[in-house]
Amino acid sequence: MNADMTVGTKPTEIAHRLALQPHFRTLRLGTPFQPRVEALSSRQEWYDWAGYKAPSVLWDEELEYFAIRSQAAVFDISPMVKYRIEGPDAEGFLDRLTLRDVTKLRPGRVHYTAWCDDDGHVLDDGTLFRLSDTRFRLCCQERHLPWLLDSAIGFGVEIEEETEEIAALALQGPTSWSVLEAAGCPGTERLKPFDIGTFAHEGEEVTISRTGFTGDLGYEIFVNAGHALSLWDRLFEAGKLFGIRAIGYAALNRARIEAGFIVANADFVTAEHALRSDRVRMPDAIGLGFMVDLKKGYFNGRRAIEKSRANGGPAQLLVGLEIEGNVPAEHAIVYHNAKREVGLVSAAIWSPTAKRNIAIASLDRRYGRPGTADLWVEIYAMRELQYIKMMKRAKIVPRPFIKLPRRIATPPGRF
Amino acid sequence: MKTWDAIVVGAGHNGLVNACYLQRAGLDVLVVEKNKWIGGAAVSRSLTPGFLYSNCSYVCSLFRPEIMRDLDLPRFGLQVISYEGGAVFTRDGDYLANYRDHHAHRREFARFSKKDAEAYDRYARDVTRQCRFIQPLLMRTAPDPTSLKPRDIGELVYLARKFAGLGAREMADTMRFWTMSISDFLDEYFETDVIKANLSLSGIIGTALGPMSPGTAYVLLHHYMGEVDGSVGAWGYARGGMGAVTQALADSFRASGGTIRTQAEVEEILVKKGQAAGVVLSDGEEIHGRMVISNADVKRTFLKLVDERELPEIFLRRVRNFRMRGSSGKLNIALDSMPEFPALPPDSPCVRADLHFTDTVERMERAYDDWKAGRWSADPFLDVVIPTTLDPTMAPPGKHFMSVFVQYCPPKVEGREWTDADRDAFAETVISQIVDYSPGFRDRIVHMEVRTPRELEAEVGLTEGNIFQGELTFDQLLFNRPVPGYAQYRSPIGGLYICGSSTHPGGGVMGAPGRNAALEILRDLKRGTSHMSPAHDVI
Repeated sequence: MNADMTVGTKPTEIAHRLALQPHFRTLRLGTPFQPRVEALSSRQEWYDWAGYKAPSVLWDEELEYFAIRSQAAVFDISPMVKYRIEGPDAEGFLDRLTLRDVTKLRPGRVHYTAWCDDDGHVLDDGTLFRLSDTRFRLCCQERHLPWLLDSAIGFGVEIEEETEEIAALALQGPTSWSVLEAAGCPGTERLKPFDIGTFAHEGEEVTISRTGFTGDLGYEIFVNAGHALSLWDRLFEAGKLFGIRAIGYAALNRARIEAGFIVANADFVTAEHALRSDRVRMPDAIGLGFMVDLKKGYFNGRRAIEKSRANGGPAQLLVGLEIEGNVPAEHAIVYHNAKREVGLVSAAIWSPTAKRNIAIASLDRRYGRPGTADLWVEIYAMRELQYIKMMKRAKIVPRPFIKLPRRIATPPGRF
Repeated sequence: MKTWDAIVVGAGHNGLVNACYLQRAGLDVLVVEKNKWIGGAAVSRSLTPGFLYSNCSYVCSLFRPEIMRDLDLPRFGLQVISYEGGAVFTRDGDYLANYRDHHAHRREFARFSKKDAEAYDRYARDVTRQCRFIQPLLMRTAPDPTSLKPRDIGELVYLARKFAGLGAREMADTMRFWTMSISDFLDEYFETDVIKANLSLSGIIGTALGPMSPGTAYVLLHHYMGEVDGSVGAWGYARGGMGAVTQALADSFRASGGTIRTQAEVEEILVKKGQAAGVVLSDGEEIHGRMVISNADVKRTFLKLVDERELPEIFLRRVRNFRMRGSSGKLNIALDSMPEFPALPPDSPCVRADLHFTDTVERMERAYDDWKAGRWSADPFLDVVIPTTLDPTMAPPGKHFMSVFVQYCPPKVEGREWTDADRDAFAETVISQIVDYSPGFRDRIVHMEVRTPRELEAEVGLTEGNIFQGELTFDQLLFNRPVPGYAQYRSPIGGLYICGSSTHPGGGVMGAPGRNAALEILRDLKRGTSHMSPAHDVI
């Protein structure tokens, strides 16, 4: 064996690596909340969320949905990718990285943002938490560490991926604040949408933000993985009288479509995953044009976005559709004049809250403007081994599809 | 005396693919093979009782599924089984595994570098984009850019359109892939030595180039554009060894009425008035044919089998200068029990796939330095597989066949011919590297076949033992393979065609050269080609 077998590697580093070897035995990780989620999963229906075992349905998709809209629903968002970005230049770095003006984001606030490659194609969307003057947390769907580190060259900033270390829960629904109140989280009543607060838990500070993916009153809570279970227990104990229920993604997905939110690599293809070069999208093409802040200085993708706007904008537009009838039009083709193919539905449900058949679709620019007449959606509904083929009228409507006053009421209501 | 419609020289996989398609088009085809067995470099032989070796090629991915279907190969016993990802052992007692599961793969990379772990998606995207561009070209004749024939112009337009269909950045990437070294290419994505070494492997296998030599990035693509049942980039084992591919081809050929003669070594391709007329065997027997298709490499075909006086000067010069250098050797080992690799957890799936012991690109390059000096590598790069972990047909239960591909191994040892003592010393270098990672390995060896370029050339007929019948560098690809102006399987001699890996799209057990050559031949004969499927769409 070569004499230099171990030259160049520190023993601690080797020990760290060796300790991680057995990961291949668990292809889907449990989150720090897994023991609790598992115990509540009478259906045992799981899906793969970024390498985690995540519940698609716990006991009943429809009832889980109504827990969001009528009680307090808990969804484990720990698999969401999280980066800690900290340093004297963190603000400047994030301002250069993302579309929105980060200098306007005050400490204790969150904003929904997106970031692009040099060609102005969206790499991901996500939420940016400003935890202090110099400390941020970026939450997103895909992984971007090389992109973040390479973009940070020249900035005084440290970036660390902390997905596994930080557990997170979404607590959503009309009684969600009541749960917090009962759990003894003072100050949460003052949180306005996109505010960040903290409360004490087992001698530690837990971060809570008034954010969510449901369009309802709701919060997201971030806790060190070691305290995840006791936090869960505290919330569920406090929530007993407020109908607290854990939910799976199927129910959440209904709520997020009603709220008009898009999901990376479901409603659009992110630039680092697109194998076909025409599948990438600029912010304007996926309804994120409002984020693009041309009043600020240079940010990544700026020139390409400006050029595209000068040339009339992107070739596609992402829109909300309201479709006649009650059959969800998932992945249906959209036609103009019932003949010309003009787009595709990426998400669709019957909305229990809006009592409408709604969808998110990407349409060719010419047909994607509000007021476009004569749009049709072709729905194939499989019924007892036969397709019922329908051509249904659709019209472009604004997103969100539902607007709940309780989402923004401050102080929040009790139910 | 009988005159065959076509005589195929060499029963390698491309020769047999070619023969199958011609026979199915109604021609009366004879395949002549110098060895007692058929298969060329896709062969399974039993050299010790109970064991079957994949003596040369040892894994399968590139063989085109269109050909498998056209020639009904599953009916004749061909089964290809996907295998799990393998591992590179590191000198500090750890390893880097390649897992099939996307997230396990990322977590494995993250053990070494979180940044590299998250860089893999972009790397995979860029490689996949290029593979999607190249894959459809495999089953098309390379257009002659100097020709004014409508078909050449049409094909050039197709190429140009496909290229134009790429984004500006992908176009730039294409040029970079075809010209860069795999080492430089990987530096753009990754920072960790062992991760780069792991991904470099495919850039140097079979090539007389080091990971730092320009052009090796393309070799990586060449190894990635295969598939197993639509899973692009996946590799598998042919059940029964790589000979199962050629056995199925031979059975398919015979079932359609074709004839194979073994122990029939061609000494010369007969040329009469500039027209191929048959072959002369080493025992002096003449076999007449209206055309001759050579599965031998371009050097062997035109420098040994054809009288040089029949060939034009520039063509000959190009053939002489075609780069086809021996760079690899192989050990086939029968083991009386499963070797242990203490670095791997006992239930690791890695033993069912490819194992490597070269953990830095630098070490690979140093191994190449030895080759340049005319020596086999003192610290060689090995590609080790144990197919019997998935294929029960190649060894008795509990016993195993291990295939060890070795790089680098020169065609001559410091300028002189190989001796048996050299061969044994070369084998010892390899075994001692394995023993470093698998104690007790030596005691498990029941039998061993050692093959240096000398054996590969003598037995299989590959010039210098080059497994690709010519380097896969951009100057020797597409319409330059093997010789500009002769990239469409024809030669300066009428009725003489070439169908081996020296031709487009190159080496590996792919079958595309043999199939494409058959298409050109049938076009020349104005015969129908409806029995030949076009390339599957890349959607």
